[in-house]
Amino acid sequence: MRLEYFDMIDSVAGFDRPGARLMAHARTPKESPVFEGHFPGHPLVPGVLLTETMAQASGYLILALNGLARMPFLAGVEKAKFRAFVGPETDLVIDAALLHDGSGYSVTKASIAVAGKRICDAELMFREMPLPDDLRGLMKARAGQIGLPVEVK
Amino acid sequence: MSTFDTVADIIAETCDIPRDSIKPESHAIDDLGIDSLAFLDIAFAIDKKFGIKLPLEEWTQEVNEGKVKAEEYFKLSNLAAKIDQLVAAKAA
Repeated sequence: MRLEYFDMIDSVAGFDRPGARLMAHARTPKESPVFEGHFPGHPLVPGVLLTETMAQASGYLILALNGLARMPFLAGVEKAKFRAFVGPETDLVIDAALLHDGSGYSVTKASIAVAGKRICDAELMFREMPLPDDLRGLMKARAGQIGLPVEVK
Repeated sequence: MSTFDTVADIIAETCDIPRDSIKPESHAIDDLGIDSLAFLDIAFAIDKKFGIKLPLEEWTQEVNEGKVKAEEYFKLSNLAAKIDQLVAAKAA
């Protein structure tokens, strides 16, 4: 993870296309400018960045399902719960499942677990828009880096 | 409960609009001030409630291209009728 670059997902550990579900891994960094302010001497990953992590896992799930045809943009966060603190050098397991495939939007249920214990979860809504060609190339490269299996449509 | 009443309840709850101000002749955008983002929440609730998939993208494109007037889809009596058609088509 590179928190300050919003680079939240290290690798995709599993993708279930029929079940519309993705599991990903991420490890929080030892040091980050984010930790310098949140909080001095007591580094904690902000809840908003845990939400972003769940959103990115959900986004990769949607991109894999639609073959990089449409870009999901976070449009809503519901039922978000943060159950435990997350500090530096912590291994996260992120789970994202598609709840609803709407017309021009999708809804996912996502969670993060540490050492088998769920530490946060939320229901996320995404507005989907056509993916510009230049961004499609970037997302395809990123998918390759994290091991996301994508069949480009 | 009629389809309109169900939709009106969804709008009231989702958008925090007084239920008694939501009428069959209300236009979701012009009269109730519902924006496109809020309409996604409404669409999600309608999709779940009726087990359908509102073709929002198709409707929006038709309206934007001037092929159909917005009230055809966003006046609530018309929206309720479209939902009934989608439910009937799914059951057929």
